[in-house]
Amino acid sequence: MSKFKKKKKGLPAISTASLPDIVFMLLFFFMVSTTMRETDLVIKKPVLPVASEVKKLEHKSLVSTIYVGKSKDKKISGDKIQVNDKIIDINDIPSFIFAERALRKEEEVKFMTTSIKADKEANVGTILDIKEQLRDINALKISFSTSKGTDLKSNY
Amino acid sequence: MARRENSEINAGSMADIAFLLLIFFLVTTTMDVDSGIARKLPEKADPNQETPTVVIKEKNVLDITVNRSNQILVEGTDFVQVTGIRKIAMDFIDNGGGLSNAVDDKPAEPCDYCQGAKNPLSSDHPSKAVISLQSARGTTYGMYVSIQNEIEAAYNELRSRLSEKLYGVPYNQLLKDYKDNPSESIKARIDNLKEKYPQIISEPEPIK
Repeated sequence: MSKFKKKKKGLPAISTASLPDIVFMLLFFFMVSTTMRETDLVIKKPVLPVASEVKKLEHKSLVSTIYVGKSKDKKISGDKIQVNDKIIDINDIPSFIFAERALRKEEEVKFMTTSIKADKEANVGTILDIKEQLRDINALKISFSTSKGTDLKSNY
Repeated sequence: MARRENSEINAGSMADIAFLLLIFFLVTTTMDVDSGIARKLPEKADPNQETPTVVIKEKNVLDITVNRSNQILVEGTDFVQVTGIRKIAMDFIDNGGGLSNAVDDKPAEPCDYCQGAKNPLSSDHPSKAVISLQSARGTTYGMYVSIQNEIEAAYNELRSRLSEKLYGVPYNQLLKDYKDNPSESIKARIDNLKEKYPQIISEPEPIK
């Protein structure tokens, strides 16, 4: 009995006063590093292929993204192209790029990159068509978006 | 009248508020950095101008063809797997069986940094070696990216080897150094390596 009483006296409650500080620190970290999701995908989320020789895309503000993937509706077949929030036709890509260019400063236009996020099951034909459209309007810097990895076998 | 004692504000719920905010940002945060294989598309020729035809010798072109069932054919004869492309491409680029093109002030010279087989039937010089990647429209994108990746890897490996020999550091270390602190001397080194092993990739019209 006497032992129990002694123990109780020796252990004061842990102070939780600094808990808010810790939480605030975490909070600020996530607030600073967060980026809100800008586009909602209307196509099925593309499964990116894997590649080992990847380069990071710098200057996020100068990147325009084109998504390629299957429609969410299983009945609709073929690859769909999405920019911003809607599915567009292949011939509308130049106008999308022009709209993107209009948002940037003129001297930045030549550094703009087009990132193609395509599903690994997509047809190369679609990608080549997109490339052809981009060539037409001199948007020559592109990046095939991939996730980093060495297991190329999973790509096909 | 007795003034009421100013009682202290209870800060106990502060943590709860902070947690609520924290969880919100945790959920909405995306930390992924967009990365991928960078490519520069060839410029379109002016339709009003006649394009000069360039004659490239057959031996200076490595012909890679992919059909709609993701099968790869190299030089029209060899059926290979994706993993085999890197070696084939490296051997081809690094062959150095002949002379480079004579540019304005520099005369044509053999490739003195190549370690290839110097096979007269393969490419003359890295600056002349063209890799041609022709794919069918039905090829899957994953396959296409894999091949692009292997070609990129071949160039990177060759540049890295030369970089180790000349400067004692691998190529990607140079690139990283340049990113961390851009200086003229590192840029000159990178440009030199790029010039020694330039990426010349041609993508003809897809097979229908």
